[in-house]
Amino acid sequence: MSETVTASEAPRENYLNRDHSVASWLLTRDHKRIAILYLIGISIFFALGGLMAVLIRAELATPQGDLFPADVYNRLFTMHGILMIFFFLIPSIPAVLGNFLIPLMVGAKDLAFPRINLLSWYLYMVGASFTFVSMLWGGIDTGWTFYTPLSTTFATGQVLLTAVGIFIAGFSSILTGLNFIVTIHRMRAPGLTWFRLPLFVWAHYATSIIQVLGTPVIAITILLVGAERLFHIGVFDPKYGGDPVLFQHLFWFYSHPAVYIMILPAMGVISELVTCFSRKKIFGYHFIALSSLAIAVLGFLVWGHHLFISGQSVVAGTIFSFLSMFVAVPSAVKVFNWTATLYKGSVSLETPMLYALGFIGVFLIGGLTGVMLATLGIDIHVHDTYFIVAHFHYVMVGSAIMGYLGGMHFWWPKITGRLYPAFISKVAAVVVFIGFNVTFLPQFILGYLGMPRRYHTYAPEFQTWNVMSSAGATVLGIGYLLPVLYLLWSLKYGEKAPANPWHATGLEWQTASPPPLENFEVTPVVTEDPYSYPDGTLRPKEVPVGV
Amino acid sequence: MASEPKAAPLAHHFDSYLQQKESASLGMWLFLGQEIMFFGGLFLAYTVYRWRYASAFAAASNDLDLRLGLLNTVVLIGSSLTIALAVRSAHLGKRKDLVGFLLATLALGGVFLGVKSIEYAQKFAHHLVPGPHFRFEGADPTQAQMFFTLYFFMTGLHALHMIVGMAILVWMLRPAAQGRWTPDNHNFVEGFGLYWHFVDIIWIFLFPLLYLIGRHHGA
Ligand SMILES: [Cu+2]
Repeated sequence: MSETVTASEAPRENYLNRDHSVASWLLTRDHKRIAILYLIGISIFFALGGLMAVLIRAELATPQGDLFPADVYNRLFTMHGILMIFFFLIPSIPAVLGNFLIPLMVGAKDLAFPRINLLSWYLYMVGASFTFVSMLWGGIDTGWTFYTPLSTTFATGQVLLTAVGIFIAGFSSILTGLNFIVTIHRMRAPGLTWFRLPLFVWAHYATSIIQVLGTPVIAITILLVGAERLFHIGVFDPKYGGDPVLFQHLFWFYSHPAVYIMILPAMGVISELVTCFSRKKIFGYHFIALSSLAIAVLGFLVWGHHLFISGQSVVAGTIFSFLSMFVAVPSAVKVFNWTATLYKGSVSLETPMLYALGFIGVFLIGGLTGVMLATLGIDIHVHDTYFIVAHFHYVMVGSAIMGYLGGMHFWWPKITGRLYPAFISKVAAVVVFIGFNVTFLPQFILGYLGMPRRYHTYAPEFQTWNVMSSAGATVLGIGYLLPVLYLLWSLKYGEKAPANPWHATGLEWQTASPPPLENFEVTPVVTEDPYSYPDGTLRPKEVPVGV
Repeated sequence: MASEPKAAPLAHHFDSYLQQKESASLGMWLFLGQEIMFFGGLFLAYTVYRWRYASAFAAASNDLDLRLGLLNTVVLIGSSLTIALAVRSAHLGKRKDLVGFLLATLALGGVFLGVKSIEYAQKFAHHLVPGPHFRFEGADPTQAQMFFTLYFFMTGLHALHMIVGMAILVWMLRPAAQGRWTPDNHNFVEGFGLYWHFVDIIWIFLFPLLYLIGRHHGA
């Protein structure tokens, strides 16, 4: 093996270089390597889902259906949704960054159950493979929501195969959550009390609760849908005395909280970034920590806002409307605290911070339109239009990806031991932000004007906004491609990263980059609160090198 | 591997047996929490349709064999006792007793599944299995079919958990005989005990819901 390091820097053994065999990767129980395995997996499925988005936006550039027939278009947006939600957004931050960082942040050698962690990855890959095979075999056209009786009786695609894939991947999610909860409870280093935990850990704790308690409900629901389809019996099919609305209740009981599986970890990332790049102790630590738990709990009580026009009683609709507005409170608490942290901080606009600020902007729009949609009257007006599409892309796609990319850029030196080029990465962050907004802001307008979702043709007067959206998607695509290129480049050519390139607090920065096999040479002892940045100290760039 | 295997060691990433034990037990409780939510979806569906089709469900429940159901309830409660005694034996380091109680649990599980398959066979014979061949003499065959759909789904999923449990029991026999589990470190036995009790408790709910509620006297 050729070494490019200088003589003074003797090659130190770390989790990456200690064994290069394929088996040492595929049978690893090291949380850091499993995180890398996940990174590879989710990147593949993100690329596939992105490809579908490209095709969708290409079709929508003109009012006529010129690229695909309606039937193929239905399959495209369905598979786009399924791949992106179940195989990218839900695992993205927890399975990659959470997996890598939680043991480091709590000062442990690994997650509590390393073998189960590896099993989670295999379950994810097997589930994803089922879904991928079903795509090659013709895919499905039910929308990612699998509404009955369309999915059980009328749909002609590979519903069963896709359902099996999602069922299996669900258990990957459950086991990851379980592993995190036990690790956070039982594996904390001496002195690391609950209120000394980084907010990233708090956010993942809340996320894990949703994963463990919510996912099994979608699992049993999918099982019932599969059985209905296979055996021609029915719990949801009116023909057999079943109730399709029961399906919707069960589906959204998971799938609304699932939005928080996607967004809470991103919020955890943002809390870390905002405080590090403001060089200031985070404002309202306890409020941010507990608001994560509040979101996890309240998130389970609002699913009915997806059934406003599905034959739910007015009383239920009103209660769900109120609760849905209420869940915005803990989210707003976070945004206010981040803003207060920025106030009078020594803000430096490094790449991760650009994503953090982008997150706040995108999440604000997504969150506020969420409050609009929680209002019964408005929701009935814009139901099933592009307004909904724009809203959920802002709140769970834009926000989650900003968090994911921000976190990736923040911890990349820790994960790989390499630095990436600063300027081009800042350009990419700006391109992503612009591309995202140009893609999805026009969709709010389209929805408000009445363009329905899920059709491949539309009235000619909607074309201008659609062309704008497709153009934005192109920009966004470039914004996503850039980090892939320079991050891969940095693996070989990037400058070697020091242990703590951002001069951040947190246990993960106190060990080498990349960390040794068992994370720390000596188990750390924690003696102070998190984020003990002396207020208004030097920006990262100004701290003398060698600290 | 012919020599005497050592007792289960402390995993490399734990600092103490206590930490390992507490982690294992919290992990198991969380797993059972997700199991409750998993079955919860079915219990919700049952509640909705029992509410909606009360009389048809009551009529359909008469076609279940109360005596066999009761027998199985007793058998399962017995197996809960034997698994609890197995955990106790592991705790006291009594290797032979541990193996004996595991075998007893396995046997009782086998009896349960045997009785269950007799019941299933009866339902097949009487055309009470949902699907194209379903026949029901009562007023609302469609609604009665919903009862049997839920009956098969809930008891079937429960039986599947029994089968998984029994497979683990079979696997446990060898390490138990070889002394893998010591009084210090028998987390696996304890975790399995929790799982087995959980599967029993599911049945304790299924039995009254399916066999008893709304049953007519003398039917
Ligand atoms: Cu929702």
